[in-house]
Amino acid sequence: MLASQNEKRKEMLSNDGIPLKKKLSRALFQSRLRAFGLVIPLLLLISVGFVFPIIVFLTRGVYNDTFEKYMVNLTPILAEWDGKSEPTEEMYEALVLDLVWLKKTKNIGKVASRMNREMSGSRSLFTSSARKAKKLEAPFKESLIGVKKKWENLETWRAMKVTSHSLTPVFLASALDMKYTAEGSFIQKSEDRRIHVKLFIRTLEISLVVVIAGLILGYPVAFLLANLPIRISNLLLILVLLPFWTSLLVRTTAWIAMLQGQGVLNDLFVVFGIATDEDRFTLIYNKAGTLISMTHILLPFMILPIYSVMKTIPPSYVRAAKSMGATNWTAFWRIYFPQTIPGIGAGAILVFILAISFYITPALVGGQDGTMISNFIDYHMRKSLNWSLAAAMGGVLLVIILFLYWIYDRVVGIDNMKLG
Amino acid sequence: MATSNKSFVKFENVQKSYDGEVLVVKDLNLEISKGEFLTMLGPSGSGKTTCLMMLAGFETATHGIISLDGNPINNIPPHKRGIGMVFQNYALFPHMTVYENLSFPLEVRKLTKTVREEKIKRALDMVQMREFGNRRPAQLSGGQQQRIALARSLVFEPELVLMDEPLGALDKQLREHMQYEIKHLHERLGVTVVYVTHDQSEALTMSDRVAVFNDGVIQQLASPPNLYEKPENAFVAQFIGENNKIMAEVVDVKGSVVTAKTSKGNLLKSKKVNCDKIGSKTTLSIRPERIKVGTKGENTSEAKVLELIYIGDHIRCRMLVEGDENFIVKIPNSKSISNLKIGLKTKVSWSTSDCRALDRLVQ
Repeated sequence: MLASQNEKRKEMLSNDGIPLKKKLSRALFQSRLRAFGLVIPLLLLISVGFVFPIIVFLTRGVYNDTFEKYMVNLTPILAEWDGKSEPTEEMYEALVLDLVWLKKTKNIGKVASRMNREMSGSRSLFTSSARKAKKLEAPFKESLIGVKKKWENLETWRAMKVTSHSLTPVFLASALDMKYTAEGSFIQKSEDRRIHVKLFIRTLEISLVVVIAGLILGYPVAFLLANLPIRISNLLLILVLLPFWTSLLVRTTAWIAMLQGQGVLNDLFVVFGIATDEDRFTLIYNKAGTLISMTHILLPFMILPIYSVMKTIPPSYVRAAKSMGATNWTAFWRIYFPQTIPGIGAGAILVFILAISFYITPALVGGQDGTMISNFIDYHMRKSLNWSLAAAMGGVLLVIILFLYWIYDRVVGIDNMKLG
Repeated sequence: MATSNKSFVKFENVQKSYDGEVLVVKDLNLEISKGEFLTMLGPSGSGKTTCLMMLAGFETATHGIISLDGNPINNIPPHKRGIGMVFQNYALFPHMTVYENLSFPLEVRKLTKTVREEKIKRALDMVQMREFGNRRPAQLSGGQQQRIALARSLVFEPELVLMDEPLGALDKQLREHMQYEIKHLHERLGVTVVYVTHDQSEALTMSDRVAVFNDGVIQQLASPPNLYEKPENAFVAQFIGENNKIMAEVVDVKGSVVTAKTSKGNLLKSKKVNCDKIGSKTTLSIRPERIKVGTKGENTSEAKVLELIYIGDHIRCRMLVEGDENFIVKIPNSKSISNLKIGLKTKVSWSTSDCRALDRLVQ
């Protein structure tokens, strides 16, 4: 009773008797509406042109209905099959029916290539069987096995059972070098076929090295920028920003000219006797090439946030430290450096996220051991046309980035990040 | 020890130039004795902060010797000078707590933890901030930050503490309060303080001696009463406190009394302080509170009341005297002031000893 009375007394009324809170939110609504109106064009563009396609594409990584859509008769029967017992005549009959229909509607290619991804070699099995399916007669089991011996194998049927699920983890499993079995368990692929995890690890490793190299190279430059007289530092800033005015492609190809066997750098090495003419360094089309050119291209993204944070640190802090008896190093390490951490964090996360999805540069200068996960995603998008696998790999990459972001937030704190 | 207490800090013929063209500090000679509170006062750009920075070691003297306790310190880096310093914006390390801030100078001196704790506790008690040890500087008010900065500069017990306009960012009331606090702290600890400010009332309140800087030169070095009562040149007279100046020409010098003729032809007598021979221009300086209104005296001049401002304990009266429209007279609040009206023509007078004949003011 008393509490409710207190509550009532607490509710303030404005002069015309309307609760103050209501009145305030009404007054704020107008300005909120205006603010919202300003961002609507961008919001529409981003949601229609960016967020929606990404969501649609990512769902391909876990959803592929090619089999279910075209194998109308077989799919429901496969769902009931336990995956261990001998395939029944009923199953063979449904398969032949579907194959006949697929041949007629010219959709056999789609199902065949979808199946081929689950079990290599099954493309020809499907296409050649479909060609002859029309002439087959009951009992279908014998006649189908007569066409292709493989129809006898339990493995073929198990592969079909796995493929018949539209909502499936097979692509995610494949992106992580695993195989999803008909029993619903995951097993590792054979050693020589495990490439994705290695690639993910290499991508993370390259990104991390680029971040560290960028930090080592960029921190002193940022320090100079922040501390030199304004005229010199402006000139230096232009030099830092210069790469932004040049196309990424131009910068990458410039590195090819610099780093190749007969390139500028190797010529210099020969002149100075660091390398012999016959035995030049391989600086490009390998990991070294990727690292060098990526570090160069991403360096401004490291320098600028650190610079803008350093710019806000008044020189009196270091002076104060020195007046208290700290040596130059102590004053830097204990007073100056900790205050630049927000800039380092921002720069590192910016460079890392850009690096982890870098594509053109590793494609051009990466060679075999310098390619990254994005090049593989591209391969599946454009060459192998396995969009589902590409989507799954993209999804895994996204999860990795979000996870690292979360770790960063736990360790450094995202509010601690400053761009200036 | 070879040095006397008289010259604990010594500037000898010190010059400083940043660009090789202009001297910011021109031939500075200054001795500061141990335990003294010396203020460098002057308008911005007068070279006072540069002098402080040279003493701290953050700027190098272009010429001359700066010595501390008898030893030249020109080539000693700042961190080896052992001078405490309070900065204008406090320069409290934002990523450390108050306790860590105070601990820093002790840690770099490699003191043990127990000694550190003891000293920090004492320093915090000294500024009555004991319970704030775990706060970050951003969680403190301006005055509290100022106190911590003070404590931090004193925690390692330096013999010399430099303060670079430490109260500049505080509001008026807090500033005045902190002035007394710093003054008392100085008295209690006996530490030598060199204080830089552009606020003349601050300088007068706190200092043993004030060095008035202008244009890279010390204009006058004196105790606060002497600075106010006996300015030696027109700049000091004008810079310290309120001042009335009458431009005149010297017509006669007899002993310590100068007779000067104003542009209106009035002959005024004043004390000879800093004026040239007969025929040269001089600035006569009289403090507003030494002037009597409506009565004749040793020196008398025609006056017209232009403006009356009620301050409370006194009335500020702006008058037209000897062609100067900004002649200020402070009249103590009493019943007779009701006679004053704007536009009233009257007389002002002052005694010869209150009027000082100074150099010609170049403006």
